[in-house]
Amino acid sequence: MTHDDGWRRLHPLSPAVGTSRIVLALVVVFAPAFASGGDGGFYSSLSHLLVPVALVGLGVVSWLVTRWRIEGANLRIETGLLRRSSQRFPLSQVQAIDTVRPGLARVFGLSELRLRMGGTGGAARLAYLPSKQAEELRARLLALSRGAHEDTPEPREDVLVTVPVARVVGSLAFSGPALVLLAYGVAFAVGEVLGPDATRAVAGSAAAILIADAVALWRRFNRAYAATVAAAPEGLRIRSGLVETTAETIPTGRVQAVQLVEPFLWRPFGWCRVEVDVAGRIHDSGEKHRHERQLRPALPVGTRAEAELVLAQLVPGAPEPARRPPRRARWKSPLRYRRLSFGFDDRYAVATTGRLSRTESWVPLTKIQSLRRIQGPVQRRLRLATLHLDTAGKRVGAAFRDLDGEESIGELERLTELARAARRR
Amino acid sequence: MSNADWRRPSPRLRRARHAEAAAGTVLAAVLAGVLAGLSSLAAAAIAVGCVLLAGVVADVVMQRRVGAWGYLEREDDLLVRRGLLVRRLSVVPYGRMQFIDVTAGPVERSFRLATVRLHTAAAASDARIPGLATEEAARLRDRLTELGEARAAGL
Repeated sequence: MTHDDGWRRLHPLSPAVGTSRIVLALVVVFAPAFASGGDGGFYSSLSHLLVPVALVGLGVVSWLVTRWRIEGANLRIETGLLRRSSQRFPLSQVQAIDTVRPGLARVFGLSELRLRMGGTGGAARLAYLPSKQAEELRARLLALSRGAHEDTPEPREDVLVTVPVARVVGSLAFSGPALVLLAYGVAFAVGEVLGPDATRAVAGSAAAILIADAVALWRRFNRAYAATVAAAPEGLRIRSGLVETTAETIPTGRVQAVQLVEPFLWRPFGWCRVEVDVAGRIHDSGEKHRHERQLRPALPVGTRAEAELVLAQLVPGAPEPARRPPRRARWKSPLRYRRLSFGFDDRYAVATTGRLSRTESWVPLTKIQSLRRIQGPVQRRLRLATLHLDTAGKRVGAAFRDLDGEESIGELERLTELARAARRR
Repeated sequence: MSNADWRRPSPRLRRARHAEAAAGTVLAAVLAGVLAGLSSLAAAAIAVGCVLLAGVVADVVMQRRVGAWGYLEREDDLLVRRGLLVRRLSVVPYGRMQFIDVTAGPVERSFRLATVRLHTAAAASDARIPGLATEEAARLRDRLTELGEARAAGL
């Protein structure tokens, strides 16, 4: 498979693994039809079979026409049968490299490499490579993206946090989807008391929601299972997964914003979640889309002390959110007021907010894209204003809520100044 | 940030907004009149009256909003302010600009106006200046591009 010119192919089993999920879904959908003898007989069964076969066929074709190689400081991927596309990914712009291994891929010892690029460059995907090759390639690409020689051995890493399984289960038991399940459990119980008609009504409305809910729970569980956060010289390395394992590397200096969330229901346990926002929108097809609104948790569930460890890697020496909005802000944000605080120094800005849950966000001043001061009608009455710090991330920016109106203008000026100075450094 | 340095959209934007308000009101009035006229003439008169009143109010609001727009080119960044009810002030460093859009809708075009919009890597950045005279829009675009190149910074 290796040619003299350095072009390589993906693993021959890639099409099978790549289409397995959708084929499986189709089988599940059509299985009842087969089991009950079908409605139409031979031809309709055949048409059901055709779809998976065609899908696998397409997968094989796409495998045949896909090849990749490293050209200097670029990764080049050529693909497409009718519309050839040749993509070049400059490794200096790599924001993060992930290794993803779905269940079936693990059975065959395969991994997918994902390179997330800055801006709207999207993601480069190499699905699938033999795991060993994927690991080597990952180390090589990371070395190249740092500008080091490509044979530099991968540096050692220090494990910071390993999340115990019991805590993952606990954290999920006190999460939104679990509450929905509980609500339906209660509804079923009430239905039992009221009679079979009521039960049927509940079951009919519930099926779709329950399935979606279970899938969401499973996905979260899988993402958080055996999560390990390690510090390596090039950044933070995050591993997790029960069936589908992922290994992500978030290079230091590519972090756009960091968020620490303490959900309301986790409060009694003192747990929190650390999320990281890196630049670049992920708009490849398939499963990543569903995660789009969810940030990658660097630490899915951990104690405050563990979170501090991770934060020390992500935003070292960040200031405390020591300053508070004026007391009259209580009238504008009665629930939020006790959580509102902010602070900044010449490197980071930090803000806290939240009504029931508490969220603390950090933004490196070098990553600020623009600043906004917004004053709504109620705020104007109370002489308050909110400052927004926009970053290139997907969701998180920090917002200094309900500052004194006059003061906020000064702070805006100062932040603008500091951000400019930070960019020049 | 003294008030005097702020630049405003072209005075023609006021006329453009008047025209928009008038066109919208007339259209709505005709529609309301015809629909209400199906039942009785008095109803038609009332409906048209209400629509015209609403049109006048909308016109006043739109005019005041035009007055709230402003922008200021500073050494390292562009300030844009807007809004009456919700007041917004955006600071966009030149080095953060990714690209600049100049657009002109049919109404704007007939008044020789254009809208300049700055894009940064952050989706939340909100720097839009409507109703610039086409020459001013072109000047601003060129100047911003020039400054953006000079001060460009990576992600």
